Amino acid sequence: MDDPVILRVENIVKTIGGQRILDDVSFSVKKGHLKVLIGPSGAGKSTLLSCINFLSPPDSGTISLDGKAVDGKSRKELLALRQQVGMIFQDFNLFDHLSALDNVRVALVKVKGLDKRAATNRAMEELARVGLADKSTLYPAQLSGGQKQRVSVARALAMDPKVLLLDEPTSALDPELIGEVLTVIRDLADLGMTMVMATHQISFSAALADEFLFMERGRIVERGAPSQLLARDSGSRTQSFCAKLSELAGDGHCEIAPAPRA
Amino acid sequence: MDGFIAFAWERIIPTLDAGLWTSILLIVPASLFGVAIGVSVGALRVYGPRPVVKTLDAYVSLFRGTPLVVQLYFWYFALPYVRIGDFALVLSPMWAAIVGFALCSGAYQSEYIRGGLLSIKRGQLRAAQALGMTPFQSVTSVVLPQAFRRALPGCGNEIIYLIKYSSLASIITVSDLTGMGRSLAKSSFRNTEVFVVVGLYYLALVTIASFLLKIAEKKLEIPGFESKRE
Ligand SMILES: Nc1ncnc2c1ncn2[C@@H]1O[C@H](COP(=O)(O)OP(=O)(O)O)[C@@H](O)[C@H]1O
Ligand SMILES: [Mg+2]
Repeated sequence: MDDPVILRVENIVKTIGGQRILDDVSFSVKKGHLKVLIGPSGAGKSTLLSCINFLSPPDSGTISLDGKAVDGKSRKELLALRQQVGMIFQDFNLFDHLSALDNVRVALVKVKGLDKRAATNRAMEELARVGLADKSTLYPAQLSGGQKQRVSVARALAMDPKVLLLDEPTSALDPELIGEVLTVIRDLADLGMTMVMATHQISFSAALADEFLFMERGRIVERGAPSQLLARDSGSRTQSFCAKLSELAGDGHCEIAPAPRA
Repeated sequence: MDGFIAFAWERIIPTLDAGLWTSILLIVPASLFGVAIGVSVGALRVYGPRPVVKTLDAYVSLFRGTPLVVQLYFWYFALPYVRIGDFALVLSPMWAAIVGFALCSGAYQSEYIRGGLLSIKRGQLRAAQALGMTPFQSVTSVVLPQAFRRALPGCGNEIIYLIKYSSLASIITVSDLTGMGRSLAKSSFRNTEVFVVVGLYYLALVTIASFLLKIAEKKLEIPGFESKRE
């Protein structure tokens, strides 16, 4: 348990249009750990994730990466932070005019300054890792949702991020395509990728997460190990939220997952 | 028919060739300025500060909402009377036409550019920034290549319109294709033959321009960005 802390989020406050969207949110992530954000939609999960890489800058509070607080005013520090923090979006946000290969390669060339051959090799490696080596020449319009999301994972991983932020990576997918993306995420967790993920896939993430953070109205109202929060008699918000979700989905998938990951 | 061929060969074609050159000297700069205005105005209308957006929206409404003939009359006949202190700007017929066409075309072009820019989903910009791209890099490698492809068919059509409405320059005394044709028709009394050939000249110009645009579109075509030109 004494892995070093990679990402520390302290007292984040964010107001949009006079409304407090994030209200004093704090947590930290250790190397190789996965924190999962759960909560009703509108709770502030997406906003919290985009505060971490300053896509929407927090009004106050501190983000520290590797023990160093980021100065949100410094353009240079922001660009450096974003290079080290990967982000996966709910609706993929692939670059529509670029092939799968170029989607992964473009930032390697423009941001990391790799030469074209090195960038190509690296991009192909990442596409192979998500099982899309044979789709490298296809454009987003030619890919399924699950494939698009896997390209976006490859695009983020190619930058060698220290942390990966995932904002409901499977919520925009047809049910039959969710599995392929979850498999990629599980592989990443097994490889020790440090991640923060907002998701409604509670039983899936219970098996991988080190901690659940339950958010409501801009605050983390509950936190703890999945097994603890999901225990049938825990009386936790997480448990009742999960029960409600699985009732809506009609799949009864709200039990404590088996053994935690090795 | 023999008479027509000889007349066309000896009189119409030499006369119109002179006019053709004038028309080209009008169309090329007017469409280049038009595109330049369209790109700057279109981009400012999307990304500019509010007062600039309002001003440019007004410009576009004004130039799209008034007849081009009236605009040309203004630049050629009215502008010399608009005095600022002791200074009045007098444009030659040629420059009045270029200014008139460029400003009008630019208003339309800006609509296509604006549409192209707006069609790029904000999420892609966020993704570019999340990868550590600077705003400049995000715009040049993500927004512009897409906006350009989306705007190209509309911008191309506008250039083709410009070729055709350039014939209005003749009403402010420019000796372009139409102007030269009209003088010849008047002096030779052979309206039909002359105007048929004038029409064919424009048709040739439009055909060449469409062909070049098609090539450009084909070169830039990628899945998801198929152009839909009629
Ligand atoms: N750009 C915005 N403008 C206004 N309100 C916003 C904006 N972004 C988010 N919000 C509000 O912030 C709250 C949290 O949103 P979000 O972070 O997307 O929640 P979640 O991801 O948990 O569903 C919501 O009430 C939403 O309406
Ligand atoms: Mg969200």
